[in-house]
Amino acid sequence: MQKFEVHQGLVVPLDRANVDTDAIIPKQFLKSIQRSGFGPNLFDAWRYLDEGRPGQDCATRPLNPDFVLNQPRYAGASVLLARENFGCGSSREHAPWALEDYGFRVVIAPSFADIFFGNCFKNGVLPIVLPAASVDALFRAVEAQPGYRLTVDLPAQKVRLPDGSEFAFDIDNFRKYCLVEGLDDIGLTLRQADRIRAFESARRTAQPWLFKEGAR
Amino acid sequence: MPAQTLYDKLWSSHVVSAEDDGTTLLYIDRHLVHEVTSPQAFEGLRLAGRSLWRASSILATADHNVPTTAVKEIADPVSRLQVSTLDDNCSRLGITEFAMGDRRQGIVHVIGPEQGATLPGMTVVCGDSHTSTHGAFAALAMGIGTSEVEHVMATQCLISRKARSMLVRVDGALGPGVTAKDIALAVIGVIGTAGGTGHAIEFGGSAIRGLSMEGRMTVCNMAIEAGARNGLVAVDDTTIEYLRGRPYSPDDSEWQAAVAVWRELHSDAGAGFDRVVEIDAATIEPQVTWGTSPEMVSPVGGRVPDPAAESDPVRRQGMEKALAYMGLRANMPITEITIDKVFIGSCTNSRIEDLRAAAAVVRGRHVAASVRLAMVVPGSGLVKAAAEAEGLDRVFMAAGFEWRNPGCSMCLGMNDDRLAPGERCASTSNRNFEGRQGAGGRTHLLSPQMAAAAAIAGHFVDVRTLAA
Ligand code: SF4
Repeated sequence: MQKFEVHQGLVVPLDRANVDTDAIIPKQFLKSIQRSGFGPNLFDAWRYLDEGRPGQDCATRPLNPDFVLNQPRYAGASVLLARENFGCGSSREHAPWALEDYGFRVVIAPSFADIFFGNCFKNGVLPIVLPAASVDALFRAVEAQPGYRLTVDLPAQKVRLPDGSEFAFDIDNFRKYCLVEGLDDIGLTLRQADRIRAFESARRTAQPWLFKEGAR
Repeated sequence: MPAQTLYDKLWSSHVVSAEDDGTTLLYIDRHLVHEVTSPQAFEGLRLAGRSLWRASSILATADHNVPTTAVKEIADPVSRLQVSTLDDNCSRLGITEFAMGDRRQGIVHVIGPEQGATLPGMTVVCGDSHTSTHGAFAALAMGIGTSEVEHVMATQCLISRKARSMLVRVDGALGPGVTAKDIALAVIGVIGTAGGTGHAIEFGGSAIRGLSMEGRMTVCNMAIEAGARNGLVAVDDTTIEYLRGRPYSPDDSEWQAAVAVWRELHSDAGAGFDRVVEIDAATIEPQVTWGTSPEMVSPVGGRVPDPAAESDPVRRQGMEKALAYMGLRANMPITEITIDKVFIGSCTNSRIEDLRAAAAVVRGRHVAASVRLAMVVPGSGLVKAAAEAEGLDRVFMAAGFEWRNPGCSMCLGMNDDRLAPGERCASTSNRNFEGRQGAGGRTHLLSPQMAAAAAIAGHFVDVRTLAA
């Protein structure tokens, strides 16, 4: 996983609440057995005027000029500014894969759906919860000022604005550690393999029916 | 010991280790797997040279891509590859899989409980948000992402943090024609789609106690639509009776011991919840969603709301976008909305009880001429067989419904079953998001009874007013 320390990037505002994972990456693209290549289909139904199919060359598809990601001033954005309950709906990790593949490293919103929130961390994308009033202020600033960029300092847990002011944010120590170090958490968990084995064998003794093998 | 909630008990009995910041390694008893969210996890394991921790904890099935018509092979090569990748991974690693053609195959959240593979007191995970369904058995069940699927495969554990607790208490008697689905939609209408975020929701109260296991699964299934990763219902006689004699249920020699453990799986008297929501069952009417989020819901006797009356600008804009997408006018009565298709199925409402209820409405009637397609998709091969043994297939077909093979089908349209742009569907599934059932398709969520009634009338109708 890509390490995350300090990131500076152009901000794009997506001004709608309850953006669901079906909107982030529509179901027809979930048929892939790969982990990469979802970026061109990020927000597919909003981004293009035709109906997207897996495996198509997106470079030749008609773009929806009204969709914010297609506006030239936001080309190359890596910080997504969003509204409440971002990432609700399905558990598909294809949603953060698509965001990451497109080039997003940060999503800022007043709230996120739980599963999506956790999935982001596994893929080097940092979801940041800020109070609704701060998010509102950012929406106004981004819209007013072309080329608006933010600096996200994960070790310091700060979002720095171009005017020098900053917003602090919270993050679990463990998630921060994994992201800053770019660590694979399976490897970390396997360091506790003995404890897991001990737990499992005690459980098997106490409630053997939990380990019954079903008919093949 | 202080009074504990059911969630507290389930959580604390699975902690392998915990950090000071609350990060916890939780032991996982059951891992359900389907073809869409697993290929990258299997691939990740293989690339890292890791092995499965405990293959027998996994039960796999293909459900999202499978055709519901009588074809033997999937026509779309991309879907076919995804399903065959699951088959290959399962046979290579010794995982039990109900593959296409197995009579036990079906939607992962239907087959787990049907097999007794979901037991009280378990932790259950699946790379699928509707894993909350299994909480109906007082199991701590949660949807996870593909990286977590790989993590559980490799370590039999999930890294998690304890959620806050919410009690949704539904007391009183449901009116005739009002179902578990209406409870679920009404709760979401009250607390909103983010109302349960960060919480585990326990559903209690006499109306929940009065539901069958099928009904409790419907309610817990929709907990995720309220933002909660887990839904929970305490164990009672209904739970225990349901589990007797299922393939993965405890053998006779262990049954008494298991039941004794299960009887403890309820919140203690006096246990504290972070939030309590109380709903009077008698006030719940049959529900229909009108928008593109499950919280955009109304009693069938209501009207499509008017965004002009909404003071919050973000909400107003959301309503305007939803009405434009759904092709609806503000203030129009819900019962004036005409439909093109009807879908009875999905992990929310495709169990035998759902099919019985829908069949009782359509018996002796016929689908309206204006309805292009009305389909029933049983949740599993075993549900289908049970329905056929009762003659429900004939009731549906005589009424003009198509009777299909099990799978997720038009719940999300990864197979051939989907809406065309602009088509309007009465659906017993769980999500009415834009494009969920097909690009440009318009989804209205409702109960099986209400979907059956809409099929007959050609528009939404209060099932209680259909002449007997
Ligand atoms: S029936 Fe629908 S919601 Fe349920 S698992 Fe399948 S696709 Fe997901």
